[in-house]
Amino acid sequence: MGVAKYIKNEKDAIKEVIYQSGITVKPSYGPEDLERAGFSYEKDLGAPGEYPFTRSIHPQSYRSRAWTTRQYTGFGTPEETNERFKLMIANGQNGLNVAFDLPTQMGYDSDHPLAEGEVGRVGMAIDSLRDFEAAFKGIPLDRIGSGLTINAVATIMMAMYQAVAEKFGYSKNQISTTPQNDILKEMIGRGAWIFPVEHGVRLVGDSIEYAVKELPKSNPVSICGYHIRESGATPAQEIAYAFEIAKAYIENVTQRGIKPEDFVGRFSFNLNVYGNLWEQIAKFRAARKLWAKMLKEDYGVKDNKNLFLRGLFGGGGSGLTKEQPENNIMRGAYYALGAALSGAQTTALCSFDEAYTIPTPRSALLSLRTLEILMDEVGLRDTVDPLAGSYFVETLTLEMEKKILEEMKEVEKWGGMVKSISNGFVQRKVSRQAYEFEKGLQSGEYRKVGVVPVSEKGTAKDPGTEAAAVELHEYNEAWAEKSKANLKELRRTRNGKDVAETLKGLEKAAKTSENVMPHLVKCCHAYATVGEMAGVFRQVFGEWKEPDFY
Amino acid sequence: METKSKIRILIAKPGLDGHDKGAKVVALALRDAGMEVIYSGLHQTLDQIIQSAVQESVDVIGLSIMSGAHLPICQKLMAMMREKGLAHAKLTVGGVIPHQDIPKLKEIGVAAVFPGGTSFEDIINGINRLFE
Amino acid sequence: MLDIKDILAGNQNAGAGMIRLVEDRDPLAHELLKRLYPHAGRAFIIGITGSPGVGKSSLIDGLIAEFRGLNKRVAVIACDPSSPVTGGAILGDRLRMQRHAADEGVFIRSMASRGEKGGLSRAAKDAVLVLDAMGYPIIIIETAGAGQTEVDVADIAHSVGIVTIPGTGDGIQAIKAGILETGDVFIVNKSDRPDSEAAVFELNMMLGLRPPSKDVWKPLVLQTQALDGTGVRELARVFLSHFDFLRQEGRLEKKQIKMESRYFQSLVRDLALEKIMAALETSKGYQDAFKKIRLRGTDPVTAAESVMDTIRVLNNDTKYHC
Repeated sequence: MGVAKYIKNEKDAIKEVIYQSGITVKPSYGPEDLERAGFSYEKDLGAPGEYPFTRSIHPQSYRSRAWTTRQYTGFGTPEETNERFKLMIANGQNGLNVAFDLPTQMGYDSDHPLAEGEVGRVGMAIDSLRDFEAAFKGIPLDRIGSGLTINAVATIMMAMYQAVAEKFGYSKNQISTTPQNDILKEMIGRGAWIFPVEHGVRLVGDSIEYAVKELPKSNPVSICGYHIRESGATPAQEIAYAFEIAKAYIENVTQRGIKPEDFVGRFSFNLNVYGNLWEQIAKFRAARKLWAKMLKEDYGVKDNKNLFLRGLFGGGGSGLTKEQPENNIMRGAYYALGAALSGAQTTALCSFDEAYTIPTPRSALLSLRTLEILMDEVGLRDTVDPLAGSYFVETLTLEMEKKILEEMKEVEKWGGMVKSISNGFVQRKVSRQAYEFEKGLQSGEYRKVGVVPVSEKGTAKDPGTEAAAVELHEYNEAWAEKSKANLKELRRTRNGKDVAETLKGLEKAAKTSENVMPHLVKCCHAYATVGEMAGVFRQVFGEWKEPDFY
Repeated sequence: METKSKIRILIAKPGLDGHDKGAKVVALALRDAGMEVIYSGLHQTLDQIIQSAVQESVDVIGLSIMSGAHLPICQKLMAMMREKGLAHAKLTVGGVIPHQDIPKLKEIGVAAVFPGGTSFEDIINGINRLFE
Repeated sequence: MLDIKDILAGNQNAGAGMIRLVEDRDPLAHELLKRLYPHAGRAFIIGITGSPGVGKSSLIDGLIAEFRGLNKRVAVIACDPSSPVTGGAILGDRLRMQRHAADEGVFIRSMASRGEKGGLSRAAKDAVLVLDAMGYPIIIIETAGAGQTEVDVADIAHSVGIVTIPGTGDGIQAIKAGILETGDVFIVNKSDRPDSEAAVFELNMMLGLRPPSKDVWKPLVLQTQALDGTGVRELARVFLSHFDFLRQEGRLEKKQIKMESRYFQSLVRDLALEKIMAALETSKGYQDAFKKIRLRGTDPVTAAESVMDTIRVLNNDTKYHC
């Protein structure tokens, strides 16, 4: 039943419930539970908008503003993406969330042999500033902020974003960008890494330092517990690992003589809503509190605004099933309910067909409507943190906090996140759990509606395979042809001397501890390609070798 | 001498997609089913996959593909397998594979297709059946 | 069909197919090995051993790059244990060497122990023979340091590198006297760790206890960081200079004789045991002796000795007579 472990007696009544994070749930809760957990209103809760922010980072939360929704957009050529951007802005969206294709994410140009068949497939293909000029043409970059879903070469895209803004006449003080830029989570989960761990972290550090000094409105890093959870981490580990990753970045930047107070307020988080409803709510409440406490007590951060756990709580991809895909619409609604009850400021839902393909416009719209129903129809904006004071929810929040701290301690025992990833500790733990969970799902120990356990295959309980009624997004070969033609033209017409010189400057910086960002901006202005800039890093840093996972 | 053969399978992620949870859990399941699993790691070129399959003398190449590029990749790999003396080995593919593509993959010569959501048992049986 | 000529010509498909036969204990393997044997004996064989997690595969990855830089072809046999429960295995050593996968001058083969005790299987030894016959001038064997593995690898490799890491329970402490004697190069990997110098010092101390001799290679202790390649070039150089050392004054020949005699001895021992047991178990003396034990008419040791007394080894041939 569900993604928690339910142990039943012979009469099919539930005897014991154990959540994924390892917390056992009682049949009922009362004041004695709060007392036993040492609950204190002032210490653990406080008013919304007050330290430790368990309830909310804003005193009025959804009363003052409903959540922000961010749709992930970008496919094919920059020109097509530009049309989509403009349409979304016309529909009232005030932020873009840009998807890049895999060659761009991996630092290859569209004409690289490894890019074959992938150009424009899962996002837009960017080779040089020329493509950014097409993608952001006519977008008011002083008013519209852009999330850039890219990690290994986030520095390059951040620099290119500044370059395109400057090209269009905006100053770097006006623009706001949020690159994902979380290389450590790529090494745990999503796999779009290039350089060895320490060099990857150094690049993240460079971009944070640069943002602090040069890009006052940009948020240089978005830490993704999301993908770590998708890879098999428990909810407690999702938060624990995200915080340990944050600590690794903080450490890198403070070594440069910058105080945490000056940059941690620009960190944001991307966290998952998939799982047991109560466990999710407790997770977010505990996470908000722990983040604030950690920054205040361990890093001496004082300004309340810098203690906020900001970010996007949403998605829920691994909750979706391929079986009976329409069920995913309902699933998404309940995940969103969890996010709303947790006080998510920004959210986005996976579309019901995402187990098959990139969301179609129809399914993306359904997700958007689901979120609107919660905010505009059923009353989630009425009061802040409606579950506060619940014997169960408060006890669970305290227990979750304990679990998160335990998981953090384990990583620290290995010497922190950089070491834990280098030696494969986290990857091994997460992939083993993913395997055990998958086995449990197939044996019926865990349950997702529509997924038939192996033991029930072919019995009366098996509804059989229902043909999936989903439309599929088609790949267009013309995207690659166009990108390659543009690239050829660019290489012929740009000033080769400028390119060579700026790349040389980049190489020098990469080899020393000089910040690479100003050099990247120069390279972008000279129309150096993503592949050329990443190529310099590849040559100086080398490539990462994964540790084993079993 | 007593013969003690095992099914040897190369689990490989071709191309640039890095979503490797599926490949990893299937590798663990096949190991627990008594097979010898060689894991290639991420970001593999087709050349690397072919050479690894040759050197490891595998019976099966198991690809995990999430990017949607399964048709062109399988087509190309099948041709390379024939050319590089791997005609005896079987090609299987798993990942995000739409139903309507399964017949097309079979036509190309893919021995078995395991779309996301296929149970471990079905994958293990499906591979064992290739050698009955 | 496997053609011996293809194997000798270095064809990877043929070589890999042959190794598969060896590994599967295919009856055909023995026939082919017989014919390959005269063509082997040219390669320089390096053994790399150490506990799991010390970075052996990454070091070998670096060594491959170094040897390739010297334009030498390299073959690697990476041994991992099979699961004792299911017999399956994940063979992941190759993961860290995969950048060499498409290099025609490199051959990497993973092998599972398939129930053999002591880490290195006979199949691994035979696989080395195949690679040798294929003409690889350098063959590296990787094996985890469980049980007696380190001793086994010294019977196959001309030069044995023992890898350790500083400051861990299973690091320097794991190097015990017996293993210390089989190592030609000691590698303190992950030398960026704080107590690396201490590990080197300790190892040098332990090695200093070996009696000095001008005919014997003096083992070296090296520091490396496999992940960024620090010290790997030096390591490759040391292995090659060990090989040069062996090639002088007939040392290689002597070493070869020692290795071959040990291997021959172990083969004969296994075969003898197998054959004698097969003959004994069906003999009347054995059955009678066991009956006596069951009836408490004698004790097992006396009974076993009485059975052994029934064996006569005939001098003119090697038949066993019971």
